[in-house]
Amino acid sequence: MMRIKADSDLCVGSGQCVLTEPAVFDQGDDGIVALLTDHPDDQSAAQARHAVTLCPSRALSILQE
Amino acid sequence: MTKSVAGELAGLKLPIERGCPFAPPTAYERLREQAPINKVRLTSGGEAWWMSGHEEGRAVLADPRFSSDKRKDGFPLFTLDAATLQQLRSQPPLMLGMDGAEHSAARRPVIGEFTVRRLAALRPRIQDIVDHFIDDMLAADERPVDLVQTLSLPVPSLVICELLGVPYTDHDFFQSRTTMMVRRTSLEDRQRAFAELRAYIDDLVTRKESEPGDDLFSRQIARQRQKGTLDHAGLVSLAFLLLTAGHETTANMISLGVVGLLSHPEQLALVKADPGRTPMAVEELLRYFAIADGVTSRVATEDVKIGGVSIKAGEGVIVSTLSANWDPAAFKDPAELDVERGARHHIAFGFGPHQCLGQNLARMELQIVFDTLFRRIPTLRLAAPAEDLPFKTDAVIYGVHELPVTW
Ligand code: SF4
Repeated sequence: MMRIKADSDLCVGSGQCVLTEPAVFDQGDDGIVALLTDHPDDQSAAQARHAVTLCPSRALSILQE
Repeated sequence: MTKSVAGELAGLKLPIERGCPFAPPTAYERLREQAPINKVRLTSGGEAWWMSGHEEGRAVLADPRFSSDKRKDGFPLFTLDAATLQQLRSQPPLMLGMDGAEHSAARRPVIGEFTVRRLAALRPRIQDIVDHFIDDMLAADERPVDLVQTLSLPVPSLVICELLGVPYTDHDFFQSRTTMMVRRTSLEDRQRAFAELRAYIDDLVTRKESEPGDDLFSRQIARQRQKGTLDHAGLVSLAFLLLTAGHETTANMISLGVVGLLSHPEQLALVKADPGRTPMAVEELLRYFAIADGVTSRVATEDVKIGGVSIKAGEGVIVSTLSANWDPAAFKDPAELDVERGARHHIAFGFGPHQCLGQNLARMELQIVFDTLFRRIPTLRLAAPAEDLPFKTDAVIYGVHELPVTW
């Protein structure tokens, strides 16, 4: 199963991830990414992967597929 | 090979004259065909690396070994002359020109104002604003009307005024100063516009410090006070950036988006048939026009190897967002305007830590404007041939000066 990691130190709050897959990514009031789950289910996996490529600050990574 | 390209582009000056208003300058394609990374000579006399490729451009913009500080030696200042550089060096830097920790310290406190959720809460108010200006447009006695003045400029102006707590009655003032600053007018004109705007904003921030309201600046001031600090100069820089960056760019995208859709009726028909397509259409229009081409330049602070090319410390790099957005390796048939293309990976908003702070506000405004305009005025059409419109080839940000439409 896919595992995703978000590095809040790198996040610049662009919200690209939230726009792409709101079932996996959220932003706190401070704008910083918060993972709703670090194991996206099959339904979300493709969009979550897309979000990783869109993140401008490379704050998101896939730890395992 | 690199030499001949540099020769060809001798006197590179942005914006380079476009052959077709809907396509990047043909020189871009020639450059890309030679290599994704080329050396070019600038009007300022120096040389810089020209990044044509999407992947290579993103690599540079996400790499902390490239600096955004225009004051550093080697920064490719191809749109600025020595006197402007002098002026630049005497000003406190805007967030755009900061790097690393200094940049995060300036950006972090503000990003909470632009979260997807927070912006969604503004949607109904933005819809009201758009409807209001379209009501006015429909009530106009004469046609054609100039869409730039009736809709493209007033919508983002009013939105940013409300968000920042700037009296809308002042919008004529800052709008004209902002326009002046991005035009290729004389240096004196640009300097005067800059100084007047800076003074206005300084005064505005001072007022907010003593009489806070319910707006972004007042919240920033309260936040700083809580920490026991008040960084007046920092607030002025932030205010300056948000006020100038937000409305002119969005206005240009509204106008160009309307021109783009009206000139591609089959694409417009797709959007009209299903507003669910609008968000993707907005991404495609952002990709296609990439209005802030060349704003994303950097200078290397160390030796870096990108795409097999060695870039040395102190060498300038120009990431062409327009060229990247037309890179066939990233976008199939880039010259086609295709609203159903998944174009989210365009870099019209830049990439890396500096990626546009207001991008999601812009997205929302564009979506609401296009949906509402074509729903309420389904017979809208251009009142002049698209090729004859006065395109902004004289400005740093691409757009149209006037957009006569009728229905
Ligand atoms: S896309 Fe990246 S930078 Fe933007 S909010 Fe998500 S994690 Fe943060």
